[in-house]
Parts: sequence; structure tokens; C-alpha cells
Amino acid sequence: MAGAGTTPDDPYIGRGFVRADGPAKVTGAALYVDDVRPRGCLYGATVRSPVARGRLKGLRRDPDFDWTDVVIATAADVPGENVIALMTDDQPVLAHDELRHVTEPVALVAAPTRDRALAAARHVEVLYEALEPLFDPLKAADNPIRIFGDDNIFSRLEMVHGDGLDGMAQAEAAGARLVRGSYAVGLQEQLYIEPQGMIAQPREDGGLTIFGSMQCPYYIVKALKRVLGHDRLNVVQAVTGGGFGGKEEYPSMVAAHAAVLALKTGRPIKLIYRRDEDLQATTKRHPAFMTYTTAVDPASGRILAADVDLLFDGGAYNTLSPVVLSRAILHALGPYAVPHARLNARMVATHTPPNGAFRGFGAPQVMFAAERHLDRVARAMGFDPVALRRTNLYRDGDVTPSGQRLFDVASLEVLDRALAAAEAPLPPSMVATRPGGGQAAGRRKAGRGLAIAWHGCGFTGNGEAALAGEADVSIDGHHVLIHTASTDIGQGTDSIFPAIVADVLGVDVQRVHNAPHDTADVPDSGPTVASRTAMVVGRVVEQAAHSLLDALRAEAQWPGAEDADFDTLLERRPSDAPLRVRARYEDAGAEWDPETYRGDAYPTYGWSCVVVDVEVDTDTGEVLYRRLVQATDVGKALNPVLAAGQLEGGALQGLGYATSEAVVLDDRGAMRNNRLTNYIIPTALDAPPMETILVEYPFAGGPFGAKGIGEIPHDVPAPAVAAAIEDATGAVLDRLPMTPEAVLDALEARETPAETPGAAR
Amino acid sequence: MMTSAAPVHTPADLADALALRAAHPAAWLLAGGTDIMVYLEAHAIDPPAFIDLWGLPELRGVDSRGDHIRVGACADYTTLIDDPAVRAHLPPLVEAARTVGARQIQNRGTIGGNIANASPAGDTMPVLLALDAVLELQSAARGLRAVPLADFYTGYKRTVMAPDELIAAVRIPKPAKADRLHFRKVGTRLAQSISKVVLGGRLRLDGDTVTEARLGWGSVAATPVRSPKAEAALVGQALSPSTIEAAVAALDGDITPIDDVRSTAGYRVRVAGRILRSWLESLRG
Repeated sequence: MAGAGTTPDDPYIGRGFVRADGPAKVTGAALYVDDVRPRGCLYGATVRSPVARGRLKGLRRDPDFDWTDVVIATAADVPGENVIALMTDDQPVLAHDELRHVTEPVALVAAPTRDRALAAARHVEVLYEALEPLFDPLKAADNPIRIFGDDNIFSRLEMVHGDGLDGMAQAEAAGARLVRGSYAVGLQEQLYIEPQGMIAQPREDGGLTIFGSMQCPYYIVKALKRVLGHDRLNVVQAVTGGGFGGKEEYPSMVAAHAAVLALKTGRPIKLIYRRDEDLQATTKRHPAFMTYTTAVDPASGRILAADVDLLFDGGAYNTLSPVVLSRAILHALGPYAVPHARLNARMVATHTPPNGAFRGFGAPQVMFAAERHLDRVARAMGFDPVALRRTNLYRDGDVTPSGQRLFDVASLEVLDRALAAAEAPLPPSMVATRPGGGQAAGRRKAGRGLAIAWHGCGFTGNGEAALAGEADVSIDGHHVLIHTASTDIGQGTDSIFPAIVADVLGVDVQRVHNAPHDTADVPDSGPTVASRTAMVVGRVVEQAAHSLLDALRAEAQWPGAEDADFDTLLERRPSDAPLRVRARYEDAGAEWDPETYRGDAYPTYGWSCVVVDVEVDTDTGEVLYRRLVQATDVGKALNPVLAAGQLEGGALQGLGYATSEAVVLDDRGAMRNNRLTNYIIPTALDAPPMETILVEYPFAGGPFGAKGIGEIPHDVPAPAVAAAIEDATGAVLDRLPMTPEAVLDALEARETPAETPGAAR
Repeated sequence: MMTSAAPVHTPADLADALALRAAHPAAWLLAGGTDIMVYLEAHAIDPPAFIDLWGLPELRGVDSRGDHIRVGACADYTTLIDDPAVRAHLPPLVEAARTVGARQIQNRGTIGGNIANASPAGDTMPVLLALDAVLELQSAARGLRAVPLADFYTGYKRTVMAPDELIAAVRIPKPAKADRLHFRKVGTRLAQSISKVVLGGRLRLDGDTVTEARLGWGSVAATPVRSPKAEAALVGQALSPSTIEAAVAALDGDITPIDDVRSTAGYRVRVAGRILRSWLESLRG
């Protein structure tokens, strides 16, 4: 007889079990929000600001358009507060006074068909008095043109570690060399394949059901309580076609709009964004300008002190920007031990569409700067870039800038294993013949680059303790249901949680399911963000499964029940009464002071090393990817196939960030290349053969030792590519994206005779 | 939303299609639809009607006829890629077809549609210009006339095609054995990519001396263009480094690229010169 918490002989965890969502998605049976059409449904569309900044004067309906079956809603129709509740209350549901960015929602229309709704929206003219906009984030702070507060700064953070700048002065006096560099990154679009979409359906009690594409059902509950002025609502996640952070906070806006129209019309409203609209109106990754000065010991290569300045562009509204800035400053030095540092970070406002959550959440920006800066140090002082990294990487017992002492650090292992794999020939099964787009091979130069990431898993500081996320497990006949708000957005939550519970209970995973993510049923397990779902919520789910066994044993009145297995307990239940148990996040006692930014910034960290091989076409600046090796510490691979998929997908998104994903804005701040044909994400043909090494340094706080892995793969492909381009050609690129145009400029700068060839490797 | 309330006329044969074309001069010709569906989605066009040519066998075949290959206007890219005669005689056209969109687009997109759409960024036209391709334009009223592709475009998205005409076929002379052929597309990525610069090249060499030069370009002017000044700089000259530099320098007078959402005029000018230089240098062996 199996005992408490034992697993079957062949547990699911650690194996490549089949995805729960796979069959329905492959056969087309899965219902995305646009596949659903409630009876009596009207279609919504959004009227948006045509200018970056202006005083709203009203709306003008085209008198030649047939308005008979069209309903228009404005800010006056918002029943509660006209605000999207997030960090601050600066963003309205619908603009009512000042227009603060192009594409800002101004009005809504509803009509019986989508074509009619879209046509009606095109025939509503926004009347405004144009005001001078502020676009340049470098000129935003204290600019007389005011967007936010009295200085246009959404948030500001400062950290002093060790002796701060005094440490820098002491190091310089002792002979350390100062190396200074500036780095910049642009916008990046999440590009989930399914655009934003929501249905708002009136309920009989006068409330609403919200159904749609989302990561975080309880964010929408929180936002809509204020918009509606009451809490008679439930939020249900539809099958969701990708999020990457883009469906963290923005769905609250779409849901609020659908809700306003549903209340005004008394009918269900379906509001689905067009792709071009989605690209222009929704959040992107924050652009950043980053300056690093480091004091480096010329003999050892040790970084003795650092001074870092970060400037992030938040766009017109605050959204989640302060949290992005927090993660940025905490990751800014990369995975390297630096005894003295001062770090300054500011998030400023501009009259551009708001930026928001995107996989990595501030970390990819700063780790591009940190890794490029290390390459600059290597170049300036004659160090081998790999040896320089090895010298400075965190080791067990080292202390981070927030004062957190690190243990079980996988930094050296991921470096060594990635290097070893990259030195071996490409496995024959991965050698592909490539059509190649007609390129002549003659002008290509090959190179290799390497970069290393660390990534804090879960919420920052005491975030998890403050949230105290909950999960339920219940009996449903012969089956077991898991109730959480943790959505599956393609990453595998609906597969991972059942496997965890199946192993705890010792049952077939086919009998365990995630219940629909409906806030009428599921407790608030927190948002599906921050590499926290498998690690943090997965642990709560694991505990809930144990609690279920405990509850079954407690109700059993027969001898030996304490040693009986789940099925026996189920079979011999004294009644058919419903049984549902709840578990709550248990704080491991992390110490964190949000005022001083001192303490345990994250429960644990993941570590990753990426090695990229490229060929640079020296005629055109095109970068062709030939191979990508990554070794990543995942704690424990709950499902190695899904884990590798996360890491490979994230790395490819990182390659897009590196060389192709440029957001081109017009003179109003509107995205010009708002089509899949000209916002260039990599295709399968652009992707290199990838080798993914799963390193397992277990985290005691995660289920079976698992760490969060959702974000880390996006962190350092870009700096690895920059290093590879430098290795191949000598051209130095310190800005993203490194488009062919930018690479060609850098190559031509090298072609001047004064330059000497030769690259750091 | 790709919706249009416009009627779609489906001709039974080519004569029927020409009659419909004459009767509905404002109607759009529909073949694979790979451009039209995008325009509809973007509300960029609002045609009163469509004439669907996709099902007409007269427009679909590929025939190797003596000194040329005749490609039906509705031959899709996959057909070009797979056709033995095209593969044997026109390898740069195969290369170009392989870079159009991805497989799904290659199965639907047609060579005639690519030509008639008249985008300066079309992938096949630079190659067809280099190969001296001739279009068969056909109408019910005037029958068939032959127009060299080099004379077909009159301005941005404008052609000499009359409102009652359609492209029936493309005649492509078979290059001489000694002709050196080239295709180079500089795109935004390796698939689903619209070009930044495209070069189709054909050079005839007598020993060291260039006796004939054809350079077709895409995305460097308002239409697909040849570069007569660069061609002239090559013809009659030995393919020496100085000849190559002269051709590259002359190219500046041939092309007039612009800044657009995909790239910049400056990048296109520099890259056009660089890929031309690289190709010519590779021919020096």
C-alpha cells in the first residue's frame, strides 16, 4: 500500500508527459474568445486618439453614415470610476479631458456585426485642440510639458551597495581602471499570435461575466470593481493564444470597454482587436538608456565597483512601470559579484502609448547593457571575455547589491556546460540544408558570442508573502480538480499542475484537471507572471494535494486509513459530500525592506549561459543564426519537453529582440510597421539549430525543486549575438535592435583604414 | 476581416475571361489572391467586382518552346520551383520563387499576379528583367500583343496594360550556356519577407570581356527597373576591378530608392552597390 505523499513507480514529474491542452488545440476544438458568440451579441470597436497630445473637444459623427443600429459610449457612460486601477490611478478607461497618446481610447461603438462596428468607429471623428507633445525620454524629467506628477517621473530608485561611489574612488586610487559605456534598447512587441479580445455578458443579477484572452483574471476583477462601482462580476479565461506579458495588464482595458458597452446596450459585447490596432494601441517592452561605469582591477579583472544609471521610458501612463524598474535595478549588474556599487534608476513619462509587462520585465534591457559592458571592459583592458566573466561570476556565499547572500549558485556550471556543448560539433540530426534566401556565401564572416544571465524567480521581495496566493483541490467523482487563477497561456500550466497533483496522490494524470479559470470558483493564486506559476503556485498546489490526502484520512473512520492510498480512501469515503481543500502560500521568512531595497530580493535565482554562432553578411549587415546553445538552471524540470520548449521559444524571441524586431514610430508616436509583414519576428527558417541543456540546482521552496523558467531565456540572447557579431567582424554594437542597417553602419565604420581588425573572443 | 460584397465573376474559359474583362473594366483580376486579400483586410481597395482567373487551364501551363520558355500567367510559384525546364534553364527564377512568402503563399501566388500587382518590391521581376522576359497581353478586341517587361511599368503601380487586357503569359528567352546568372534578395528575414533590395543579373562573357549585361532591380525605385548606366559601364569592358567600380559608381545614377517602413534609401543605395560588386567580383574567379 502506498503511504502519504508517495508517487507511483513511474512519476510524471521529470518526464515528457503529454500536454493537456494539446489535442484540443491541434484539432481546432479549443475555443478562443473569437470562437464564441453569445446569443444576442453585439460587436464593439474602439475610437482612438489621432494625436499624441491634445485637449479633447468632443466627437463628431459623420452625418452621411447610417447610425440607426449603432450605440456610442464615452467617458460619461462609465458607471463607476473612469480609471484602470493598477499601480496608480492615472489611466482612464476612456479619455475625457486631455489626450495623452496616439491611439488612446476615446469612445466605443457597438453594432450588430463586426464590419458595422468597425465602419462606425471609422466615421466618428475625434475633435481636439492640438498641444505640443513630449517624445524624448532623455528630456522628459522636469520638462515644462507635464505628463505625470510635477516632474514626469513615474518612479525613481536608488541603491547603494558596499561603500557605493566611495568604493569606486578607493578602487581608482588603488590603481583600478575606470571603463564607461552607454547602451540603449528600443521597444519590443510581445506578438502573441491571438490578438486581445474580450466578451462582456450581462448577468441576471445586474452584474457581468467577462470572458476572454488573459493572463491574470483577478487583475480584471480588481480593475472592473472600480469601473462598475460594484463587485457583481466574474472573470473567466478563454483559451489564450499567447501572452508574454502583453496580456498581464492590458486586458483590463479591453474588459472595461466591453463592460461599458454591455451595460449601455444590455447585450453581450464582443470586442476583438484587429492586428494592426493591437500593435498600435497595446503595451510594449520599455525602451531604456543605460550608462555603466566600472572600476576594474587591471591584474585580476575583478570588477571592484560600479556606477549604473538607468533611464526607462514608461510612455504616457504608469501601468506596471515601477515594478519593471524595480526588476531592472535589481538585475542591473548581471550575474557578477561587485563589492561596491551605486545604482540609479528613473522611469519617465512621454506622450507615447504606455509600455508594460513583457517577458523578462526590465531584465533583458539591463542584462544587454551589463553583458555588453563586460565585453567593453574585456576589449579595453585586453581580457578574454569568457575568462573575465568566470572571474566575476557569483559564487556560493557572494552577496548581491541588495545584500542577499546567494547559495546553490549554478553560474559556473551553466557556463562550463554551455561552452562544452558549443565546442562539440553540431549533432548531425541538427544540420539542416537551408534555402538561404538567395544569399551569396562569399561575403560572410562567422563568429561566436556568449552571455550569462541570472533571473530572480517569482515576485520581488515580500510580494509573495503580501499576496499569500491560494489554491484549492477538490474531488469530482473519480477525478480531481485543481482550482487556481493561474492561467495556461501556452506555457503549460494546465499540464504541470495536474502532473504535480497526480504524483502526490499517486493517480493517473488523466484523472486530474485544472478547473476553468473562473473567478466565481477559483481563489486568487496571483497573476500568471514573473516566472512564478510553476514555482510558487505549483508549490501551493502540491501542498493542497497533500491537504486533500489529509482530509480524506481525517474523515475515514476505519483502521489503517492513515496508511491507505488515495484510491482506497476515495472508495471507502463515508459519504459523497463534496470535498475541497485550500492551501496558501507559506512565507519562508524572506526579509525585505521595500524602502531601502535591502534584503532578499527574490526567493531564488535561475542561471543561464547562451552561446550563439552567427554569420554576418558583410555586404548587407544581415545576421544569420547558425547555432544556439543554452545551459539553464531550472531547479527541476517538471516536464523536460515543456521546459526545453519554454527555453527555446524564449531564446528565439531574444534573437528577434537582437536583430529584427524594430518598432518604427511616426511623428505622432504611432507604430508605422503595425503588420505581421513588417514587424519582423523570426520565422522557423531564421531559427538556428538549438541545443538546450537543463541544469538542475533544486530550490527547496518549489515543487519537486522547480524554479521559474518563463523569462530567463529572453534575457541574454541579444548580448550574445552582439558579442558574436563583434567576434565575426570587429564591429561593436551597443544598441538594440541590431538591424542590418545598424550592422552595416558599424561595419562601414570599421572599414576606415585607421581601424585594426581582430576581435575579442 | 477579409470581406467584400463585390461579385466574383468566374469565367468558363479564356475567351469568356476576356469578354468579362471588356465588360467590367473596373473589376479586379483575381488569381491566387495573395495580394488582394491583404489589401481587402487593410481596407486599401474597394473593387466593384472580381474576375477569378484561378481555374483557367489556358493560363496555367509551363512550356519549353525552342529558344524560350512560356509560363502561363497563373502559374504559381510552386509550379515554377518544380518545373524541370525552369529548373534547367532559369535557376534564378527558381531561387526567386523560393523566397516569395512561404510555402502557403508559393502554392497560391502567381507569376502574372506578381507582375500585374506592380509592386516595386516584387521578387520575380528583377530576374525576369535580367532575362529579357516578354509579356503576352491579350484582349478580346485586339487579340495578343507582346510587351517587354522592361517597357511594362510606367510609374508607381502603373503599367501599360489596357483596362480590357490581361496578362496571358510570360515568355522568357533561354539564357545562353555561357551566360552568368544571379539572384540576390536582401529581405527582412528568411521567409515571409518583403525585399529591401533585389538584384537579378545576367552577364555574357567572351573570355574576359563583357558582351552583354542585364541588371534588374527591385525596391530601389518606384517600379522594378534595369540599371542602364551600370550595364553600359560593363559592356565592352574587361571585368577588371576598375570596370566593377565603374559599374557600381554608375548604379547611383540608375536607382532612386526611398525611405520606407522596411529600410532607408541610404541602406538600399549602399547595399545595391555592395551586392553588385560582390557578384561581379565572384565572376572574376
